[in-house]
Amino acid sequence: MLSRPTPQRALTFEYLMWLFIRISALGLYLLVIIGVVAALFMGARTQMDMATLIRWTFFPNPNHVINSNIPDLDLGWVGLLWQVIQGLAVFLGVTHGVNGLRNILEDFIGNKSLRLALRLVLFSLWAFMIYLATVLILTS
Amino acid sequence: MSRERNVGVFDGFIYRGGGSMLAWLLHRISGIGMVIFVSLHVLASYLSQQFGSNFGQAVNVIYQSWFFQTLIFLFVLFHAINGLRIIILDLWPGLIQYQREAIWIEWAVFLPLYSIALIVIVTKGLSGS
Repeated sequence: MLSRPTPQRALTFEYLMWLFIRISALGLYLLVIIGVVAALFMGARTQMDMATLIRWTFFPNPNHVINSNIPDLDLGWVGLLWQVIQGLAVFLGVTHGVNGLRNILEDFIGNKSLRLALRLVLFSLWAFMIYLATVLILTS
Repeated sequence: MSRERNVGVFDGFIYRGGGSMLAWLLHRISGIGMVIFVSLHVLASYLSQQFGSNFGQAVNVIYQSWFFQTLIFLFVLFHAINGLRIIILDLWPGLIQYQREAIWIEWAVFLPLYSIALIVIVTKGLSGS
């Protein structure tokens, strides 16, 4: 019986993505902690309801704070730092998610050409989401 | 990369993977759920911000319903905790021999957190606020 060739120990794409999934997960944990701690310091404890705090925590965008009792968004809730964090959150989150879909695809789609076509679809989805989110971040 | 196989969906139902298989399955389902949720949310925000479309509002009505919130919180919380378990077991391979215990710890962390959130979301939802 023929067995599968042993995978090479090298910097392959699969290995890099395996590593990326772990690192991006830890990075998202870090961004979430930064978001919630900063929000509590900036007055979320008394001026925000739970739903708004959770929205801000997962994506620190000023539009997520609009329906709260925060009187002045310019006091720390808007700025380059938060835009960088939003950008990081989008990049890590979208890449993590699309790579997860790719993982499922490699597991369940046996047909070679179909697999290739679906990989292209996933890559377009990734690029499209990054584009939409970048426009949103830069204009909000 | 992928191999030829002759295992169908129904063999999957017979296969008894136990707790780790359940965690794997829930991790995948919650992952797919979050991809759909985040993609629709980003698309809806983009359309309403750039073109003033009503699609964003239609999506937000669903997202703000308490039924949807129980579901998405289940997905996010389980995916986060299970992902942390996977990372810890990968970083310290010596812990693999305790992987069953790791799954029990995971549920012991997940269930109280999710129960509290469920009580808050459902009571708020039923009182209509």
